[in-house]
Amino acid sequence: MSKTIIPFGPQHPVLPEPIHLSLTLEDEIVVEALPALGYVHRGLEKLCEIRDINQMIQVVERVCGICSKIHAQCFCLGLEKMMNVEPPPRAEYLRVVWSELHRIHSHLLWLGLFADSFGFEALFYQLWKIRERVMDINEATAGNRVIISVNVLGGVRRDLSAEQVRWITSQLNMVEQELKDLQSTILDDYTIRSRTVGKGILTREKAYELGAVGPTLRGSGVAQDCRQLGSSALKHLEFQPVVEQDGDSFARNKVRFLETLQSISLVRQALKGLPKGEIKTKFKGSPEGEAVSRVEQPRGELFYYFKANGTKNLERLRIRTPTFANIPPLAAMLPGIELADVPVIVLSIDPCISCTER
Amino acid sequence: MFSKFLQKCRVKSPWVLHFDCGSCNGCDIETLAVLTPVYDVERFGIINMGNPKHADVLLVTGTVNHRNKKVLRNLYDQMPSPKAVIAIGACGLSGGVFREAFNVVGGVDKVIPVNVYVPGCPAKPEAIIDGVVRALELFQAGPEGV
Repeated sequence: MSKTIIPFGPQHPVLPEPIHLSLTLEDEIVVEALPALGYVHRGLEKLCEIRDINQMIQVVERVCGICSKIHAQCFCLGLEKMMNVEPPPRAEYLRVVWSELHRIHSHLLWLGLFADSFGFEALFYQLWKIRERVMDINEATAGNRVIISVNVLGGVRRDLSAEQVRWITSQLNMVEQELKDLQSTILDDYTIRSRTVGKGILTREKAYELGAVGPTLRGSGVAQDCRQLGSSALKHLEFQPVVEQDGDSFARNKVRFLETLQSISLVRQALKGLPKGEIKTKFKGSPEGEAVSRVEQPRGELFYYFKANGTKNLERLRIRTPTFANIPPLAAMLPGIELADVPVIVLSIDPCISCTER
Repeated sequence: MFSKFLQKCRVKSPWVLHFDCGSCNGCDIETLAVLTPVYDVERFGIINMGNPKHADVLLVTGTVNHRNKKVLRNLYDQMPSPKAVIAIGACGLSGGVFREAFNVVGGVDKVIPVNVYVPGCPAKPEAIIDGVVRALELFQAGPEGV
């Protein structure tokens, strides 16, 4: 049988983002997948030379629109560590509220796109309808739907009133109820199971060895989550990583679904324990030295490295995003599967190309 | 007569091609949100297509960089005339927050002609619907409109 090479992307109906894969096929079976990147590269790490540290928050938020809040939080955590600034407790709790809201909207978005990738459009529409409630919360509390820009160095920009806290809780109760109504479809439906169970298997050893992160790693049975480090207010909240053992597309689907419910519970806990007080610490001076910071994004571990020389601008900023770490596991999952399953498996790592290429 | 019939169809049911041209995903997820139940543009007959050869309207989000400008040009050339291009978001208009970055060419209109500009970072779904409706007005004006 001769080999056929099929290009997948950069513009493809399943993927909203441009990534190119050269798929080498034998009959219907993929034998090799070579990713080609660079369609979204903007070079924003180098922008730190012309934008000062306060302006850079706006830039790093646009590394990826879907998890913008968490990028900004990682940036702020690193610089606060370098400058010995301690954000007030209320700001730490508010950061958790908004980052978990972002995780809920990102996971609902992904669950919808995943359903769409195997043609289950009704579920896609249902999940995106639920997601709009979370977007409404973002808009009502921060003034924008996607890029909410609530982080500043030393705290947060916006506060929540008691009335807003009650309203968010009631909205989240509805989100949780609507999600639980869909639970039997997402976890037991014949169509979903037949398209995902046993597809794109990543064993526990392989996942660890190739450095997978986030739900891709937890779907393979490794209980690693950067939220266990207890940054911000997470150390005061009850939290256990969600783990599944099978390592296939279905397990990753299940991890993300259960994490959505877990995030709702985290927001609820954070709103309940919200301490009173200031939302921002005032500070002076510029950062100097080196620092790293890590947080858990919806897609996995996010890592920032900073190097500063005492001026307003950073000398070097390095961002390692979760999809970058998940591409080698993806390339390992693809050989041996049928061409029709490629979109499902590519989506099962929740690729964010905009993050990867910056 | 046939061309009049075609023009009527085009206004009643435009098929849209969405291309992410180096955006941060903010505008892309808003463009997708436009297609889902809360905003639901399918009630206006707008359908999202994956194939440039079937599309009437090209929605472009994000900045143009040196690698994807060829892809963008290629997609535009594959679309049959008459066609309209809508640039979405601050990045698609001028490069936005990234305009000084080294790999950014600038707005979409540096590479292909743009008919409608939708501002915002990210553009709101309501604004995107408004942009598409404006593009339809161009179709209504006839072949010289676009």
